[in-house]
Amino acid sequence: MWQALCKNRLSWLGIGLLLLIVLAAVFAPWLAPHDPLSQNIAYRLEPPSAEFWLGTDSYGRDVLSRLIYGARVSLLVGFVAILIAMCIGSALGILAGYVGGVVDQLIMGLVDVLLSFPTLLLGLMVAAMLGASLENLIIAIAITEIAPFVRVARAPTIALKQRDFVEAGRALGYGPFRLMGVHILPNMISDVVVLGSLWMASAIRTEASLSFIGLGVPPPAATWGSMIREGFENILDAWWLTVFPSIAILLTVLALNLLGDALRDAIDPKLRSERS
Amino acid sequence: MTDILQVRNLVKRFESGGGFLGGKKTIVRAVNDVSFSVARGQSLGLVGESGCGKSTVARTLLRLVEPDEGSIVFDGQDLRQASASQMRALRQRIQIVFQDPYASLNPRRTVRQTLSEPLVVHGLGSAREIEAKVQSTIQEVGLPLSALDRYPHEFSGGQRQRIGIARALVLDPELIVADEPVSALDVSVQAQILQLLDRLKRERGLSFVFVSHDLGVIRHFCDTVCVMYLGRIIEQGPTQQVLDAPLHPYSRILRDSSPVPDPGARIALSRIVGEIPAPTNLPSGCTFHPRCSRAQDDCHRQIPLLTCETSKDRSVACFYPLAAEGVERTPEAIMQ
Amino acid sequence: MNTQDTVLELRNLRTEFRVGGAWHAAVRDVSLAVGKNETLAVVGESGSGKSVTALSVLRLLPEAGARHGGGEILLEGRDLAPIPEKQMAALRGDAIAMIFQEPMTSLNPTMTVGDQIAEAIRQHRHLSWREARALALEALEEVKIPAAASRFGDYPHQFSGGMRQRVMIAMALACKPKVLLADEPTTALDVTIQAQILSLLSELKEAHGMAVVFITHNLGVVAQIADRVAVMYAGEVVETADVKTLFERPTHPYTEALLRAMPRVDLDTAVLEPIPGSVPAITAMPRGCAYASRCPLRETRCEEQAPALEAVSQDHQVRCVVRVESNKRHI
Repeated sequence: MWQALCKNRLSWLGIGLLLLIVLAAVFAPWLAPHDPLSQNIAYRLEPPSAEFWLGTDSYGRDVLSRLIYGARVSLLVGFVAILIAMCIGSALGILAGYVGGVVDQLIMGLVDVLLSFPTLLLGLMVAAMLGASLENLIIAIAITEIAPFVRVARAPTIALKQRDFVEAGRALGYGPFRLMGVHILPNMISDVVVLGSLWMASAIRTEASLSFIGLGVPPPAATWGSMIREGFENILDAWWLTVFPSIAILLTVLALNLLGDALRDAIDPKLRSERS
Repeated sequence: MTDILQVRNLVKRFESGGGFLGGKKTIVRAVNDVSFSVARGQSLGLVGESGCGKSTVARTLLRLVEPDEGSIVFDGQDLRQASASQMRALRQRIQIVFQDPYASLNPRRTVRQTLSEPLVVHGLGSAREIEAKVQSTIQEVGLPLSALDRYPHEFSGGQRQRIGIARALVLDPELIVADEPVSALDVSVQAQILQLLDRLKRERGLSFVFVSHDLGVIRHFCDTVCVMYLGRIIEQGPTQQVLDAPLHPYSRILRDSSPVPDPGARIALSRIVGEIPAPTNLPSGCTFHPRCSRAQDDCHRQIPLLTCETSKDRSVACFYPLAAEGVERTPEAIMQ
Repeated sequence: MNTQDTVLELRNLRTEFRVGGAWHAAVRDVSLAVGKNETLAVVGESGSGKSVTALSVLRLLPEAGARHGGGEILLEGRDLAPIPEKQMAALRGDAIAMIFQEPMTSLNPTMTVGDQIAEAIRQHRHLSWREARALALEALEEVKIPAAASRFGDYPHQFSGGMRQRVMIAMALACKPKVLLADEPTTALDVTIQAQILSLLSELKEAHGMAVVFITHNLGVVAQIADRVAVMYAGEVVETADVKTLFERPTHPYTEALLRAMPRVDLDTAVLEPIPGSVPAITAMPRGCAYASRCPLRETRCEEQAPALEAVSQDHQVRCVVRVESNKRHI
């Protein structure tokens, strides 16, 4: 699989971009030229210059530094939210697929309810109920991403349940939890993880949207969505306030999509053979 | 010699269709009143074509599929009545080997993990004892110790089948249900696996229920054979006798259709007529009568039961079985 | 065999596959010939190259990753290997037809069987749909599908395995081919249905005067239908003979070993002798005889030099230096 991944040039682009963003986020305190929170009214709304590479916002804060620190929030939220959604969603999906019957119908009913909400609306509702904070933001986004994981985990479970080696396990007296956790899960996890990386992009977009609306991490913390929101008022005069955070979101989502596509192509043997 | 396994009046029905949009509900009797016994240390063959129910019977013996009616008595205990904990203990004594070597092993587990898992789950010994057992079993099936650290995809079909057999053996069962264990293998590999099973049968005193569609393999491996057709056993008896002098017209057709590596013995193929009917639309009376050249009036009115014929251990379900005419091929000298 | 009757002949055919960047031969040296109204059985196990041989004749191998490595494919004297693809496509289904093992995947599930056969006919003949359908109906009747007219408009999934195989045969025979390649056509069928299909193929062969190449791994089936047999091992033909001779006097050690490893329904085979070892991978072919590592007659010269196919009697050829030599001594 790694060989196929390395051969794909677009995947290099995706990995490279993502690596850049992650490193920027991790080394923010060293990379950011200014303190993202320090306000200096004298320098407010300055266009990009030698001192402030990407300009300043309406409070005189350096956009570049806020952008770099903002990466932390976006990546953290996206990653943790997807991780939570993946764990809960996969567990529910495997349970539904393995047990079947009433349990399956109940779980899939829940999934249908969740999926009938537009993602943003769902996030909005949860965030509004819980209040704006980093933890609640993560929870809200996780909830919006659970349902697709349930579906994605359920189908392979049903197929794997019929496979001889699972039947052999039953014949050997293995209990359902062992069969689900040791025999079924490892054989489908790679597909789930690949989709997880693709959907992380979606999580980050949702985060940006929620922050834009004001339900994200409260100010003065720097997040890309809230930066766009603040920049919105001055959009005609100070273009740099909205353009640079938007580019940041775009690049991150693009990187994740490229990586996810490359992972999927690497894992899917049918696509792989067409490549040769 | 007491029987290790006694199956009586086994029935399994499958439903299809029905419901709101499914059309008419049809019930298929995949297994329809099946009874047989397996003696200790003996192998019983279940042979038949598609839809005869032999694989379903095999799976009911391990309760992988729950039968609807009938009894399965293993060493005096009725499996259908067993509680969950009793069943767990019983699972150590009856095991199964599957047909497809490529699907019967978990691709993400090493051979060592696959073989030690049953012992761990049933709590049969310390880590050291389990390791020793795993090592002796893998060697018993003819694979080296180095195989333990590898994954299934690194092995050929025949080798994977050996690993599957090792997994069945690791709990020291008394009865093995083998569902077409050599059908997916080349002839030379098939011979290797049959030789292995022969040896295990001798050394461990194993009993077998051996499902196959290949009469040559059945003749080689099984002491007794049950010929199945559309869910019923239509003939039963010692393998050699049933194949040399079949009593049921279908058994005879089955034997005659099985190709033999002898150009001088070409099948008179024109005698074989018709297809196996769909199990949802069974003929009335004897299910074989539309294809039978000997069918009479009462054949479509009543279902013939499996009754004992000439000798004690042979039985056939037919109103007009082949008698002395069935003796067309006299048993040849044993080929060494 | 009278060379005038030869319809299809392969001379030293070699087909290579790309594995891990290098080209390796799956079919290394195959020479066979089939005549009119004759069934040649090509028998071998997995890895013998028998299916690849058939696909090579029809040039159905994938373009990337497989290539013709040498030798000639002569259809009535004309070499097919170098001809352009357009001419080859005209021959496929017309002069040479092929049937496969799995009828379910070989038939289009969304087209009625009648239309599929008619389509195959229209591909090679300039006929209207009505005329083609009429011929298709005849083809269905010829393969003895009961109530063919009413089944003409049915879809593949409405047929049983044996019936689908008959449909495939009808499709293959619709344009009255000179050569029929059958790749394990009965392996997936029940034994009584297999007997019916084999009988049907035999009748059709006689009726059309076709040359049939029947690929199988089952020596029992070979005995039932073959006139001549070619045994393949590791990409080469190791023995050819007419069917009686092959079973009465199997000469190549591999042929003997196969016969000894086969359980039979008519005899008690108390001891089956398996063949130790396994087929060499195409990426690791030994220098000498490919079978040497598993052969009880192995001598040092077997491992050093690859043996050639030599005659041991009329129409009986064997690729084994030990056997050919001992045969000469006995004459």
